[in-house]
Amino acid sequence: MNATTVVEARDLDLVFQTGDGPVHALKDVNLSIDKGDFVSFIGPSGCGKTTFLRVMAALEQPTGGTVTVNGMSPEEARRKRAYGYVFQAAGLYPWRTIAGNIRLPLEIMGFSRAEQEERVARVLKLVDLEGFGGKYPWQLSGGMQQRASIARALGFDADILLMDEPFGALDEIVRDHLNEQLLALWARTGKTIAFVTHSIPEAVFLSTRIVVMSPRPGRITDVIESPLPRERPLEIRDTAQFIEIAHRVREGLRAGHSDAL
Amino acid sequence: MKSVLPVLVVVAALIGLWYAAAVPMNVRGVLDEAERAGAEVVPASGAERRERAVWTLVVRNPGAIPATWAQERPRLPAPHQVAAELWDTTAGKSITSKRSLVYHGWVTLSATLLGFAIGTGLGILLAVGIVQSKVMDMSVMPWAIVSQTIPIIALAPMIIVVLYSVGVQGIIPKAVISAYLSFFPVVVGMVKGLRSPDAMQLDLLRTYNASAAQGLWKLRLPASMPYLFASLKIGIAASLVGAIVGELPTGAVAGLGARLLAGSYYGQTVQIWSALFAAAILAAALVGLLGLIERLVLRRMGVA
Repeated sequence: MNATTVVEARDLDLVFQTGDGPVHALKDVNLSIDKGDFVSFIGPSGCGKTTFLRVMAALEQPTGGTVTVNGMSPEEARRKRAYGYVFQAAGLYPWRTIAGNIRLPLEIMGFSRAEQEERVARVLKLVDLEGFGGKYPWQLSGGMQQRASIARALGFDADILLMDEPFGALDEIVRDHLNEQLLALWARTGKTIAFVTHSIPEAVFLSTRIVVMSPRPGRITDVIESPLPRERPLEIRDTAQFIEIAHRVREGLRAGHSDAL
Repeated sequence: MKSVLPVLVVVAALIGLWYAAAVPMNVRGVLDEAERAGAEVVPASGAERRERAVWTLVVRNPGAIPATWAQERPRLPAPHQVAAELWDTTAGKSITSKRSLVYHGWVTLSATLLGFAIGTGLGILLAVGIVQSKVMDMSVMPWAIVSQTIPIIALAPMIIVVLYSVGVQGIIPKAVISAYLSFFPVVVGMVKGLRSPDAMQLDLLRTYNASAAQGLWKLRLPASMPYLFASLKIGIAASLVGAIVGELPTGAVAGLGARLLAGSYYGQTVQIWSALFAAAILAAALVGLLGLIERLVLRRMGVA
């Protein structure tokens, strides 16, 4: 492990005990994520991509192997505010304004009132929602709500963003727009992002590395280093290079799928 | 405004039904009085009339119908008699008079509100305990349910006797009975409300390393507000019933329950009915008031 590694998983195993017997959600997962990486996890449902994200966030306990975040256990990393988590649904509190929602983690973590206001203003600007702080969630579109939930995860200066299909419930036009914004945000803040998706174009467009996973048991079948430049306009999706990477991801998914059958 | 006409039609139908029901209910009494007063009735003797169905008596003595709506102690008083009694005992009497329904209503209302406050507070505390602690969930919830299966009419005299023996009387025993009835809907509603946030919301708080208390204040309690108000509306009506029931076994001298009891002792059906209506109007006003507070609170929270 070198100085720039932020997440390191070694022989990670996770078995859920269910009513239908044990389910092998993760098996022998080895992966390291470097500082500033944008890593996408892609695979069919049940491949453990969300589970892996939850293990990094200490929302699940692995049954074997180790995982470290910033060199610490995930629980310690959580106490040190190492990461912000963005869920598939925005999950904003309907009784709080947008600013109030972004203030929620800051209140819990005990920031001063003045610092809360300053941080809320700053992240609202980052996600392009200036002037919407006083609105209630129902007054915003789905895409704006999801941006507010990203702002909420950015407020306390976590170095790592864990995003679990954050745009999965949005339509394609909104999703394209948010993907561009997310890349811009990533370039500006230099955060490390782990991003779960089941969309091949989204994974290829966003990532510096694409982790292809397959189910039963959930495991990594391929890790693709993207040769695309960090600065990416939407048109890059029509280049031969982009299509070639997308093809390799698709092949990886197909191979994993036929293994399972 | 479009619903005014249908509502008025329904109300008119109910009042019409009531007037119609008063005729057969009261006709025997009216004919007995008329016979004693020396008027002509068919059949002439009381023994014969008892053999006949009420409808036969009504058809044979159509002239007696208006009198069925004007008896002093009818079996079923007519609506205008109840309305007149209500008006007379509210607007027509000084509110400190023992014959004023406002006075009696306030006696019951004060016990209702005190009991409701105790019951609501207790209900919320129990619900928080049940949601936060598995042990309380398994040990308290079954007793809360069992407590509501005992008829309050059987329990009320015992509560009053036990409290009296330790020197507690007056408003407190009635409030305790009110609280006993009103805490339950609050517990059930609040447990559901406090558990209404989904797994994702709870996971989000975990990623912030939030304590259980922070989760309660910032997520669970605000999320439970709509459930709380639904429970409070049931709770306040139950409180009123509790206060009235609490006035019955002691032969209390004041309160709507005392009016009901006195009315039934002396055959004052008009008094019973007006006390019943006073209780119903009071309950409707309390529920309406809670509905208003609910709208204000939820609007202030931005969720309504």
